[in-house]
Amino acid sequence: MSSADPVEIFRVEAQELLEQIEQGLLDLSHTPGDKELVAAVFRALHTLKGSGAMFGFDALAGFTHHCETAFDRVRKGEVVATPDLVAAVLNAMDHMRALAEGRPCDAHVGDALLVELERVVAAAGGAPTAMPAAVASAAPAPGDADQGAGLKTWRVVFTLAQDVLINGTRPLPMLDELRDLGECRIRAITDAIPPLEALTPTHCHLGWEVEVTTDQPRSAIEDVFMFVIDDMTLDITEIGREADPAVEAPPAAPAASVPPQPTTAATPEPEIASAANGDAKAGRADASVRVPAQRLDELMDRVGELVIAQSRLKQIAGASQDMNLRSVAEEIEHLASELRDSMMSVRMVPVAQLFSRFRRLIHDLSRDTGKEIDLITEGETTELDKTVIERLADPLIHLIRNSADHGLESPEERLAAGKPAAGRIILAARQAGAEVVITVKDDGRGVNRDRVRAKAEENGLLAPGAVISDAELLQMIFQPGFSTAAKVTNLSGRGVGMDVVKRTIEGLRGSLELSSPAGEGSQVALRIPLTLAIIDGLLVRVGPERYVIPLSAVEECLELTPEQDARSTGRSVLTIRDQLVPFMRLRSMFNTKAPPDAYQKIVVVSTGGERVGLVVDQILGDHQTVIKPLSVFHSEVGAFSGATILGDGGVALILDVGHLTSEAALSDPSPLRAAS
Amino acid sequence: MTQHTTLFDNGAVDVLTFDLDGEVFAIEATLVQEVVDKAPETSVPGAPAFVDAVINFRGRIIPLADLRLAFSLDAHDASLDSRIIVIAQEIEGETTLIGLRADKVYEVTTLNEAATEAPPRIGLRWRQDFVQCLAKRDDDIIVVPDLAAIFAARGQPRAGATVIPL
Repeated sequence: MSSADPVEIFRVEAQELLEQIEQGLLDLSHTPGDKELVAAVFRALHTLKGSGAMFGFDALAGFTHHCETAFDRVRKGEVVATPDLVAAVLNAMDHMRALAEGRPCDAHVGDALLVELERVVAAAGGAPTAMPAAVASAAPAPGDADQGAGLKTWRVVFTLAQDVLINGTRPLPMLDELRDLGECRIRAITDAIPPLEALTPTHCHLGWEVEVTTDQPRSAIEDVFMFVIDDMTLDITEIGREADPAVEAPPAAPAASVPPQPTTAATPEPEIASAANGDAKAGRADASVRVPAQRLDELMDRVGELVIAQSRLKQIAGASQDMNLRSVAEEIEHLASELRDSMMSVRMVPVAQLFSRFRRLIHDLSRDTGKEIDLITEGETTELDKTVIERLADPLIHLIRNSADHGLESPEERLAAGKPAAGRIILAARQAGAEVVITVKDDGRGVNRDRVRAKAEENGLLAPGAVISDAELLQMIFQPGFSTAAKVTNLSGRGVGMDVVKRTIEGLRGSLELSSPAGEGSQVALRIPLTLAIIDGLLVRVGPERYVIPLSAVEECLELTPEQDARSTGRSVLTIRDQLVPFMRLRSMFNTKAPPDAYQKIVVVSTGGERVGLVVDQILGDHQTVIKPLSVFHSEVGAFSGATILGDGGVALILDVGHLTSEAALSDPSPLRAAS
Repeated sequence: MTQHTTLFDNGAVDVLTFDLDGEVFAIEATLVQEVVDKAPETSVPGAPAFVDAVINFRGRIIPLADLRLAFSLDAHDASLDSRIIVIAQEIEGETTLIGLRADKVYEVTTLNEAATEAPPRIGLRWRQDFVQCLAKRDDDIIVVPDLAAIFAARGQPRAGATVIPL
C-alpha cells in the first residue's frame, strides 16, 4: 500500500479538488452570477495550484495558475461566467486532471487551452483595457460604494480551527495582511488556552480581536480569510467611522441600483447565516476522517471473521448446559451483529457521489448531440455500498448515453410533438427494503418496437413473425448479440451492448427492468442489493456439499413428490398454481456422485422475470452470509458468485442464480463443463 | 534461464521439500505461509481438476491445487502423511493464497546453485516450462516446479511441442 506516498496523497486531494471545481463550474453554468460558487471554484483552483507546486507538479501548478488568474477576474466581477467560459475552464480542467495523474501530456495542448481560455475571457468581459468602464457601470459591489468615503473602523474577531496549523495555515501573515489595510490594534483572545498539561502544542488555541481602521471595503477584510473561511469563525462589525457625514447619507442607494450580491456586505443577516454556516462546516470537517478504502475492506474482513467465529461459539454454547457460557455467547452475538451493522454503515456512501459525475456527461452529451438535455436527479442521499457505487458508474453512463443518443429527440422534433424543447433525463434512487432502486428515465420517443423486432430477427434472436409479448420483445435488447457493436472495453460506454449492462448489474446480484409505454419515453430500473459484503441466503445441501442461494432470488420452497420425480428425467417442468415452472437438478449439474435423498426439495428462484426451480437434497435454512470472493481459478467457473464460511468452519459456495439458469437455458441439462 | 538465476540470489536458496507420488519436489521457503493438516474440502463443480476444491484457511477461502495433475502423477487419496502447503503466489497481478496438496512434507533445506541444472530438453516426462530446475542431492533428484507457469496454464499437463513423452 502506498498511502504514505505523498504523491499519492496529492493525487487523491487533486482528484477531490478537481471534482469540486467541476461541480462548481457546472452549477455556475446554471447560475452564472453566484458569487459564492465563483469563490469556491477560485479557492479550489488556488489550493490545487499551491499543493501542486508543493508536491513538485510544476506543470500542473503553472497551468492552474493561468486558469486561476482568468477566474480571478470572474471573482472580481470583471468578467461574467458565460457558458463558453465555463466550457473552456472545464476543458482546461481535463488537462489538469491528466497532469495530476501524471499522464503524458502535450504542452501544446495546454497552451492551446490557455489561448482559448484567454479568448473566451476577453469575449466575456470585453477587452481587458475596456474593462474598468464596463465594470464600474455594471456592478459595483455594495461595499465599494463606501470607497473613498473615508476611514472606517471595523472590529474583526476571528478564531481558527484547532488543527489549522497542521494544514500549513499561518495566522501571522493574516494579521500582517490586516495591518496592510490600515492601522490595527490587535489583541489575542487567550480564553480558549487549556491548562499546560492539557495543551497540545501543535494546535491553535488563540483567537484574535483586531480593530482595523481602513478605507477599504469590508470585502477586503473578508478576502484576508478567503482560504480558511470554511473552518473558522469570523465576525466583522463596524464600530466607527471617521468620515465626512455627507457621504454617509444615502444608505438605500446601493441596494436599489446594484444587482444582488451574495457577499455578506449589505445586511447583518447574511453574515450571521454565513457564520453559522462556517461553524457547521467546521464541525463537519472535524467529524470526518479520510480512510483508504482498502482499510475498510480489511476491517470488513475481520468483522466477517468475527461473525463466523461467533456463529461457531453460538453452536457450542447451544449444545452446552453452562448458563454462563450461554449468556456470554448471546452477548457476543449481540455485539457482533451491532458491529457488523455499524461496519456496513461506514461503507455506505450517498449515491450523490455517483450522480454528480453524470452532470458533466450530460453537459458534454448535450454539446455533442446538439440536443438540449436537463438532468434531474432525485434521492441523492440514498446510500449504497462503496464498491457497488463504483461498479454502477459504467452501466449508468451507458444507460444515460442511450437515453441521450436514442431516446431523446432533437429540439425540433420535440417541439413538433408538443413537448418542451429541452429533453429530460431523470436519474432517481430510492431504497426499497434491502435493495436500492435506481431508475434512468427519459421523456423521449421511447423504444421503437418495430426496430427492435427487425434487429432481433436480423440477428437471429427471434424467428421471423414469431408472436411474443411486448415485455419479451423489450427484453430482446438485453440479449447478447443484439447490439451490433463489437467493442466492450470502451470506458465511455459507447459501443457497449445492453447485455454488458445487464451482466454487470447481475454481477452485483441486482436486476434490471426496461419499460417503455409508447410515446412516453423509456425507463430502466436497476435493483441493486445494499451491499456486496453480506447477504441473506438460503442454505441448501446437494449430496455432501452445501450451497447458499441468495434469499433475494428465492420465491418459495416445495417438495418434489416422488411421482413428479419419477416422471421427469433431466430438466423438467412442474406446475405451480397453474403456471409452468421448469426445474433443474443441481445434483446433475454439479455432477454429484452421492445417491439422492428420498425426498427431493425444490427451491423456486426468479431471475430476470423468469422462474426456475432448483432441485436440492435438503433445505438447511436461513443463513446470513459473509461473502468471500473466489480466487481467479474459480471465478472463471461463473456458476458461483463467491463462497462463505459456515458455522462449523466448512465452506459453502454461493450460487449465481442468473448465471446458472442462463447456462442451463443455453446448453443441455448437462453437468457444468469442466474447463480442463 | 532468467527464473533460474532469480531463484538463486546468493548461489543458494532455502526450500521446502515434499513428496508427490514418490517424486521429491521443492518450493522456495519464502513462499510458504504455513503447512496445515488436512482440512475439510469443498469441491467446486465445473472447476478444472487441477484446482477442484477450496478450503477455509484462517477465515479465508483459498483454492486447493493439485500439482500431481500438472505432472501427470497419480493422485492418491489422502493418507496420514498428507498435508496442505499454503503458499502466497502472485497470480495475474494479485497475491493469492493457494493450498498445494502434498503426499508428505519433508524439511526445509538449502539448495546450492552449483548442484542444479536446467530441465533437459529430452527425457523429461513433464512440460519443460513447468520445471524451473532440477537439483541433485545424494542419489536423488529434486524437482523445483515453476509455479507461475503452472498456475498460468491452470495445471494442464499437455501443451504443444514442449512435451516429449517417454
